[in-house]
Amino acid sequence: MKVVVDFDLCESNAICMAIAPEVFEVRDDDFLYILEEHPDESLHDKVREAAERCPKQAIALEE
Amino acid sequence: MATSGGGDGGRILIIGASLAGMNAAQMLRRSGYQGTVTVVGEEHHRPYDRPPLSKEFLTGDLDLERIVLAPARRVDELDIELLLGRRATALDLDRSEVTTRSTGDDPGSRQQQLGYDGLIIATGSRARALPDAVIEGRAVALEGLFSLRNLGDAQRLKTSLSSGSEPVVICGAGFIGGEVAASARTLGREVILVEAADAPLTRVLDAEAGMVMADLHRRNGVDVRLSTTVEVVRHDGTRVVGVALSDGSEITTSVIVVGIGAIPNTEWLQDSGVSTDDGVAVDPWCRADTMVMAAGDVARFPNARFGGMTMRIEQWDNAVEMGRFAAAGLLADLGLLDSDATVSSGYAPVPWFWSDQYDCKIQLAGVRSDEAVMARGSVHDHQFVRLYHNGDTLCGVLAWNRPRQAIIGRQLIEQGSSVADARERLGG
Repeated sequence: MKVVVDFDLCESNAICMAIAPEVFEVRDDDFLYILEEHPDESLHDKVREAAERCPKQAIALEE
Repeated sequence: MATSGGGDGGRILIIGASLAGMNAAQMLRRSGYQGTVTVVGEEHHRPYDRPPLSKEFLTGDLDLERIVLAPARRVDELDIELLLGRRATALDLDRSEVTTRSTGDDPGSRQQQLGYDGLIIATGSRARALPDAVIEGRAVALEGLFSLRNLGDAQRLKTSLSSGSEPVVICGAGFIGGEVAASARTLGREVILVEAADAPLTRVLDAEAGMVMADLHRRNGVDVRLSTTVEVVRHDGTRVVGVALSDGSEITTSVIVVGIGAIPNTEWLQDSGVSTDDGVAVDPWCRADTMVMAAGDVARFPNARFGGMTMRIEQWDNAVEMGRFAAAGLLADLGLLDSDATVSSGYAPVPWFWSDQYDCKIQLAGVRSDEAVMARGSVHDHQFVRLYHNGDTLCGVLAWNRPRQAIIGRQLIEQGSSVADARERLGG
């Protein structure tokens, strides 16, 4: 799985960070950082959930 | 009159095809439900996301296709029967049947009874209108008098904002009013923002924080008038020509946007036996009756996390979460869920919403109280974290241009954090 964020869409709502903090981090500069571009399989469910819950649908997963 | 029941696997009927309804439908499939899933939606468009309507949709060139809801893109794959352009008009609990009526002109499909094994009510809310008495002379439907709830509203408003030079008058400095004001300014329009209370957002924020929003709009050139109401809407019989305000001013305008709250869509449930009082009353498992759930803007539920306070939450995130919860809960009640662990403790969310105005992101996790303390920054620098608490207990986190802290704050409320711990964690 590869995590791709469309940073033109991303509004840093940080929902993804709440669901999968191992993969997504919104830092104090208010930008989203991807910590694991290829997350471990044990994280895939969480990452899918994060992608789905993004209010801007800014997270795409290449599986 | 056609009657339609479910197939062999039964049928779950969802009334309302917006965020809560579509997420409920998706959750049914994800939980392995094999029967028919039917979603009834009043609008003709494919189900779409509403937050952009007051923002990018007005200022940019977003079309419907870009804002179609994710589950609505997958209706074939999810095997969801989507009945659009139909409105529910009555519920018969004894017969487990909903009467629906076509909103179009096709006489052949005007009325249809839909049977169900389980029902999810997700009919949402609609914009509250100005009282008729405010409209000069006899109340008529007027061009130029807008509320903003659906795509049609947004399309018409967008057209109106794109031409003309007189000020746009916005009635109500809540989130819709504030976002439309920001969008109209972005489009170069003059804006007069009229608010009856002595600060914006008094329903969700304390007055000091609400005044930060007033300041934000004033710095962006909006004429913000607090403690002021619209007294008379002037018109020529078909369109708005002006407005008289309680401060004595007369304003020439062809555009008035009304954002003074929302009313849950429960009229169709009158006499059904389902209890309604500012929303469908549900228990902590989203149940309104046997095998009948409600979710989203339309549902009022007791939230155990906040001492059982009943809440009706008109927020994006709640529509998603409650739609999913109601779907799982219904399957558990139908005996179709392997494990009911996800629903056992009831629905007790920490509410969360965001609003984008100009370059400012405002987020509130939890609820406000009368006790507020700053954890970080100050109200003057437009980047701060403010905590609401009841005694020692943290109940709300307001993050102004601090999205990271909003989400951490939400988790702290979930964990039952003390306000002292929260100041430590969120300070800086």
